[in-house]
Amino acid sequence: MTTHVEVRPGAYADSITLMLVSRTAARLDGVTAAQVTMATPLNVDVLAGMGFEVPAGADANDLVVALRLDRADALPAALAGVDRALEEANRPAPGGETAVPPRTTAGALDRAPGSPVLVSVPGPHATVEAMDALDAGSDVMIFSDHVPVEQEVALKRVAAERSLLVMGPDCGTAVVGGVGLGFANAVAPGPVGIVAASGTGCQQMLALLDHAGVGVSAALGVGGRDLSSPVGGLATREALRRLDADPAVELITLVSKPPADDVAAAIEGFAADLTTPVGFALLGPGRPDLTAAAETVLRRLGRPVPDWPVHGSARPTTRGTRLRGLFVGGTLAGEAAQIAGAGDFVDFGDDAWTAGRAHPMIDPTVRLEHLAAALADPDTAVVLLDVVLGHGAEADPAARLAPAIAGAGVPVVVTVVGTPADPQDRDAQVAALVAAGAEVHLSHAGATRRALALLPSTTGAAS
Amino acid sequence: MNRPTMVSTGTDLLADAVAGQGLDVTRVEWRPPADGTAGDLVTVALDPLRRAANARALEAMLGVTATLVDVAPASEVLGLGPGEFLHAGPPITWDRASGPLRGALMGGAVLEGLVADPDDAVALFESGTSVSLEPCHHRGTVGPMAGVVTPGMWMFVLEDPATGRRTHCSLNEGLGKVLRYGAYGPGVLDRLRWMGDVLGPLLRTAVRSVRDAGDPIDVTAILTQMLQMGDEAHNRNRAGTLMLLRDLAPAMVGAGDRPSADVADALRFVGGNDHFFLNLAMPACKLALDAARDIEGSTAVVAMARNGTDFGIQVSGTGDEWFTGPAQTAEGLFLGDYGPADANPDIGDSAITETAGIGGFAMAGAPAIVRLVGGTVPDALATTRRMREITLGANPRWTVPVLEFAGVPTGIDVTKVCRTGILPQINTGMAGRVAGVGQVGAGLVTPPAEIFPAALAALAARARSRSGAGAGPPRS
Repeated sequence: MTTHVEVRPGAYADSITLMLVSRTAARLDGVTAAQVTMATPLNVDVLAGMGFEVPAGADANDLVVALRLDRADALPAALAGVDRALEEANRPAPGGETAVPPRTTAGALDRAPGSPVLVSVPGPHATVEAMDALDAGSDVMIFSDHVPVEQEVALKRVAAERSLLVMGPDCGTAVVGGVGLGFANAVAPGPVGIVAASGTGCQQMLALLDHAGVGVSAALGVGGRDLSSPVGGLATREALRRLDADPAVELITLVSKPPADDVAAAIEGFAADLTTPVGFALLGPGRPDLTAAAETVLRRLGRPVPDWPVHGSARPTTRGTRLRGLFVGGTLAGEAAQIAGAGDFVDFGDDAWTAGRAHPMIDPTVRLEHLAAALADPDTAVVLLDVVLGHGAEADPAARLAPAIAGAGVPVVVTVVGTPADPQDRDAQVAALVAAGAEVHLSHAGATRRALALLPSTTGAAS
Repeated sequence: MNRPTMVSTGTDLLADAVAGQGLDVTRVEWRPPADGTAGDLVTVALDPLRRAANARALEAMLGVTATLVDVAPASEVLGLGPGEFLHAGPPITWDRASGPLRGALMGGAVLEGLVADPDDAVALFESGTSVSLEPCHHRGTVGPMAGVVTPGMWMFVLEDPATGRRTHCSLNEGLGKVLRYGAYGPGVLDRLRWMGDVLGPLLRTAVRSVRDAGDPIDVTAILTQMLQMGDEAHNRNRAGTLMLLRDLAPAMVGAGDRPSADVADALRFVGGNDHFFLNLAMPACKLALDAARDIEGSTAVVAMARNGTDFGIQVSGTGDEWFTGPAQTAEGLFLGDYGPADANPDIGDSAITETAGIGGFAMAGAPAIVRLVGGTVPDALATTRRMREITLGANPRWTVPVLEFAGVPTGIDVTKVCRTGILPQINTGMAGRVAGVGQVGAGLVTPPAEIFPAALAALAARARSRSGAGAGPPRS
């Protein structure tokens, strides 16, 4: 065993560096104990406790290198190791990652104050994040579904006190300040303001008005439950107030299922007190469809109602009896059922189909599986589909849908909800679907009626 | 003109869609909260008192300034009677006390003349008939490491001039073999006796002299300055100590009621003890945090403290209740031959500094400390930024130059800790596991994670009972 104690007058490193160096030194080959330290009285005691004898006269300005080795010939390498460790300890560390990403909505708003917030975390956690937004004075769109209604009410009451807007929960679509949030079509600004309790209903309206050359200043989603009795239209009021205050908005249209009876009168009364006229596009049995609602908007603005475009041409069916509607848009599925009266209409965006997987506007897998089964079913007479384009949606839906319908033995009618400015290139999508044999409409009501007309007359589907 | 901004919390795809339209999107790196907390987090988020209560708590803690108004024995300023011992952390009994706490109590018993031999103190504390233990925090006091305070120990007395509220802390003994690390040998006790006989009275004269001259020591202001001089006021108090010495030395010398050799000894002792100011930083932090106590609905942590066995927190909205879990062992570097097996679990009230936004939370201003765990300067910057993710706000007075003078993160929010899983980072010394050993190292430590969900559950229960929903079904 060899002990080496060396005093280096005038050398200095701070105590923390030296603790680090000592630790490194103790791990060197042949070293059983090591202490590299300034010779302060405390450290001299420590060294004495370890059995090292520090030469008299060493003081706090002297560096002591004390090593115990199990063999003498290890000393030169060990001293070189100590020198290396001292050198490394004094070298600046390589630049590491010092930026810290925000971990809560509050943290993000601390960095970007005043920003609106889009929340799409799983439902049980959405309220907490949305509350951060309201606490920081920001509007919030809650894309998440599965948020309990009592939490929605609580959030919207807080928002109402602070004149903030809660869009959602389960709000899929909004256009704010010219920016599409969630699933939204690219539209030009214009005289219409939309308040929507329905995502795809709103998108159909955007696409039809765009085709008619009428822009939209803002489309504010409020969530499907906003006009129910428990929520009482809390967000609808704030949305109406915002649009009323926007000088660019000449006409407000409210797209929703019919409100609960007690809410309807209150909202109508609220709307009547606004400066800007409010039209109600309330969807449901016995009520005008979305296309009719869009036409009403155009007439109120004094704009001409165009012919809604149709591309391709399906031929009447030669087999089967049933109309099969497979949808990504819930409002569109509902509208088809309302117009057709009978048939199979499935909304693949419904909670039952999205548990644990992305919305079918993003992930088409489930609908494509069911489409293949429907086409193979000899009882299927006509297939009705929707393709919803816009921000947030699949980049190229026709890429997988067109091959799936090519060679179908039955007519396939598709509504493509989109605008030329949408990121997917609407015209190319339409062309691909037409090339695969589909008949493509912009108006979903038109598409549904066309699908009905293609059914064999003997099935006697309602009109 | 600035580009419009947006915050996205959740699916990247939706953030991408917005970014694709030309907005600056700030993305939240969201992760699910701690297990079992989702329901309580919603309840507390929707508590109508929370927002205003937290704003009040933050304002209260930031509004306090601490001045040093006196130095006096604990028997005088705390009314501590014979046999009464204060200790760090949440309440504990002798049978659960760790080595360093036992060692400090044994030394304290000798110091108070209750026993002649430290070993005889064991029976004294085991019987418990003539002695009592109480947390420092319950008596307006904080104590570093074991935090043992006996009636005869001299205390700093800090006061909030606006309210007259006071907090207290003992005088710092230095490093190595010292009572607060559980050492109780003759040298330790001799030093403490000298501190009581010479240092304490000298400091009292000096402190009263500058106080009565209308220029009391402004501890908060020294903290402001030292944080810009490389101290984080927990493991590094070098600049603060020297500034204190600068402010007090003339009055110590000028008092003239002590032999000059005593004055020289005292000046040498203070100047040679880089941690002397810690015992002023701690009560200054407690003075600030106590102002934020007992605000119904507030989720702000007002104390973090360890007794060597348990780590406890107190929260503004839950009164004096302690939420405790097992104290962790620090990671760091060791003195001499000591290693991890020699270290006692975390101990001391000094985490009051982190609770107030300094110590580990001000790591960016004291990058040298990060090497205690083999870290880097970027680690130090990231630590301070990361702590901001779990606090209610930042301190405009205590700033970090290298972070563009950002204020230190202040007001630990129980809900944010549960949401992010980010635990407060504490800089700490390590005491030897065995009574009598003293300091074995220094390093970094965090609280046990489970105490934050426990505090959250208590906050949620109070919110539910206030809203009349207390009879509802139990939440997971």
